[in-house]
Amino acid sequence: MSDLLFEGADWRFDTIQRAHDAIERVALDELGLNIYPNQIEVISAEQMLDAYSSIGMPLFYKHWSFGKHFARNEGLYRAGMQGLAYEIVINSNPCISYVMEENTATMQALVIAHAAFGHNHFFKNNYLFQQWTDANGILDYLEFAKKYVAECEEKYGEAAVERLLDAAHALMNHGVHRYPRKRPADLRSEERRERERRIHEERIYNDLWRRTVPVKSGRAREDHSAEERRRALLQLPQENLLYFLEKTAPRLQPWQREVLRIVRQIAQYFYPQGQTKLMNEGCATWVHYQIMTRLHETGRISDGAWLEFLHSHTSVVFQPEFDDRRYSGINPYALGFAMMNDIARICTDPTEEDRTWFPAVAGCGDPVGTLRYIWANFRDESFILQYLSPRLIRQFRIFSVIDDANEPELVVRAIHDERGYRRIQQGLARQYDVAWTTPDIQVVDVNLAGDRRLILHHRALNRVLLDETEARLVLQHLADLWGYDVLLKEIDPASEAVLKEHAASPRGTILRPDGG
Amino acid sequence: MHIIDRRLNPGGKSLANRQRFMRRAKSLIRKAVHEASAKRSIKDADQGGEVSLPSQGVSEPSFRRARSGGIREHLLPGNKEYIQGDTIPRPDGGGRGRGSEGSPDGEGQDDFRFALSHDEFVDLFLEDLELPNLAKRRVTSTESVSWHRAGYSVSGSPANLALMRTIRNSLSRRIALRRPKSEDLQALREEIDALEESGADPEEVAELRAELERKLRRSTVIPYIDPLDVRYKRFEARPKPIAQAVMFCLMDVSGSMTEHMKDLAKRFYILLYIFLRRRYKHVDVVFIRHTHHAQEVDEDTFFHSPETGGTVVSTALEEMRRVVKERYSPDDWNIYAAQASDGDNTSSDNERTANLLSNEILPVCQYYAYLEVGREGEHFPPGFARRDSDLWHTYSILVRAGAPMAMRKVNHRRDIYPVFRELFARKPAGADAKRERAGVS
Repeated sequence: MSDLLFEGADWRFDTIQRAHDAIERVALDELGLNIYPNQIEVISAEQMLDAYSSIGMPLFYKHWSFGKHFARNEGLYRAGMQGLAYEIVINSNPCISYVMEENTATMQALVIAHAAFGHNHFFKNNYLFQQWTDANGILDYLEFAKKYVAECEEKYGEAAVERLLDAAHALMNHGVHRYPRKRPADLRSEERRERERRIHEERIYNDLWRRTVPVKSGRAREDHSAEERRRALLQLPQENLLYFLEKTAPRLQPWQREVLRIVRQIAQYFYPQGQTKLMNEGCATWVHYQIMTRLHETGRISDGAWLEFLHSHTSVVFQPEFDDRRYSGINPYALGFAMMNDIARICTDPTEEDRTWFPAVAGCGDPVGTLRYIWANFRDESFILQYLSPRLIRQFRIFSVIDDANEPELVVRAIHDERGYRRIQQGLARQYDVAWTTPDIQVVDVNLAGDRRLILHHRALNRVLLDETEARLVLQHLADLWGYDVLLKEIDPASEAVLKEHAASPRGTILRPDGG
Repeated sequence: MHIIDRRLNPGGKSLANRQRFMRRAKSLIRKAVHEASAKRSIKDADQGGEVSLPSQGVSEPSFRRARSGGIREHLLPGNKEYIQGDTIPRPDGGGRGRGSEGSPDGEGQDDFRFALSHDEFVDLFLEDLELPNLAKRRVTSTESVSWHRAGYSVSGSPANLALMRTIRNSLSRRIALRRPKSEDLQALREEIDALEESGADPEEVAELRAELERKLRRSTVIPYIDPLDVRYKRFEARPKPIAQAVMFCLMDVSGSMTEHMKDLAKRFYILLYIFLRRRYKHVDVVFIRHTHHAQEVDEDTFFHSPETGGTVVSTALEEMRRVVKERYSPDDWNIYAAQASDGDNTSSDNERTANLLSNEILPVCQYYAYLEVGREGEHFPPGFARRDSDLWHTYSILVRAGAPMAMRKVNHRRDIYPVFRELFARKPAGADAKRERAGVS
């Protein structure tokens, strides 16, 4: 009797079940993955396009921009200019993977290994996802969001909701908390801390201080502290613009605040994905490669299926060179997969160079355990900084070019040699660091008692300013939400000089002039 | 693990989003549709398809770094010859070349392209327009039939059995022929039983038995349902009246017509064609060009092949009359004509043209439009009207006399659509009655 999971390209639901079970055994027993329960949904091409247009989520509120994306994707797909993804996977519990009905049996196995095990493990174990996302609650929350927005449309009109969502979407990238926030302490620990403070004061009490050090008589100090106090109350400076508007914008109605909150929550949910693209794809690709190899070795898939798998695997991890017409940035699948492979090699078969660069893991003999540790505790930026090996830099022949607008020519800063490795690691890591890639914009001040003008600063890293047209449009949205004038200053962090200013006044499209 | 088959879920989930998008981008799409239609041939003009919108119209802005300025570092794979400290001349087009803008966001500045369906395309194109004189509908031999219920018949397939009608027939026949009811028979039997039990009056029992016998025989002879009662629903094939239209494009191609003028004319024809296509299932287009003589040609020749000669408009009308007579009987076809010209005509021909038009052509036409195309940039300061051309002058007399035709002047491409809309704009009911009557007669 043949051990094959399937023969030929056709599949049925029991084929998928068999393939899943075989893959599960490899994934859990040999790779030791820790996953959410899987839910695999078979969908058609049109449904895949649907999912594309609503940022991959199975249900979402309605907005014209999703229609626009749908139209674009549909156009490209119909014209044959763009294939569709084989799968989409959602960070939820249970973990939902959409697979296309047109996939062959081999592709379904590949997709299950990739999404239902690779991505799934990453979602469940990576610290960023644990910190920022709630896999158990996301689907319910989306359901709530969809209903809430629909109800608002009924009550306040589609146009009003659309304008609000336009504005909120424009600020979506600036609607995330980038650092874990201080949790409000519970009452018991408040009490304990109060007691400790008092004991401390009693202990250091010394009459000498009271009698000898003059008390600063002071208006100056009072003013200063009033200023401080005001800023502290508003939690300024604040980089989460949507959060700030939701909490402080003077004239928003409660439902408008709730809609801002919805957009903000969803942005926050996607925040880790943007920071772990390389690792996430690297992890999933490495996992599917291991699993498929194992299935082939144990005779569960035929040579033909194996070759079909290799064909699609190699096209996924293909990295065109910079002067190639197909080049469009570094392929996260290619670099991610190569790095995972390289780390596995360093664990089992290190060179002298590896031992100097990675003393902690070189030759440790446990590649899977090391990778699991890495998947759990790094994000793209720290991962590259820590684990991009000189050997890989040589293999990809990565080089760094500096483009200074004040210089007539570009300068090659580093190449794949002894002097260049560190610089390339750092440079590449920065490209994956959201703190570098999204502009640093913060609300710095507002005088709620006075003219209520909102002042924001953009700290222009390396003097790279904002795109002016876009900035003007977004600022207009911001002013509409805030309800009063808004001023954005672009500041050179090195010299604190103001490079440029943008201002906007509300149009009254979101907030009605009567203060409603 | 669960496997769920979602393929059967209702599709079109993003239809609502698409409609919202269309509504938002309506004015942009409308403009794009008109530009797109100008590039196509007349017959392909309403095929739907791709239009492109300028991206800023439907942009989703966000705070984003500018594409140039400041200090940037690019990390690229595939170094071949560079060593540290090499300088590279700045590629053209700011920071775009060399893939240096490895844009992780993938957002370009290109136009936004997407496909419109046929219906969406035409709807946008012809919003608020109405075709005049849509009255003529003729049954033609080749078209399809539709089935309609038409009473009952005595024969048919079991599936078409008309149950109610059959039972009704059966009931009336049974009443008329006095078929014994089953209750009567039952009552008779009970009476006989009762009499037999009591043992009295054997003669009456025998009589009753005989009657029962007779009634039973009668009820077998007269069946409950007879083939005579059975009725079937009857369906009748009716030929579907299919309206068909023919559109005549008449154009002066003499030397005085520039490419620009022909382009204006073409745009107008395209609009008219699309418009007719929406209302008629079948639209023929006939191209007639003329100089001092006229001939029927194909589309390509019509627009592109140059011709020299004088200008005698009546030849084109003559040719049109000939074609109508040969192929398009006014009884079967809705005839629309659009004439484009720069207004020149041999002055001796004017009267003949007017006669031909009002006596021969207009009576068979649903609609006749005359478009006078002018040179680009030919604008006269207010108060200095251009002298009316020969043709304009001739036709104005007809129109003033109440002839059912429309005439407009166009100088620039951008005027075509407004003029077209003006000609076909939905009018308050009754305003057009006079023309309509004349058109259908």
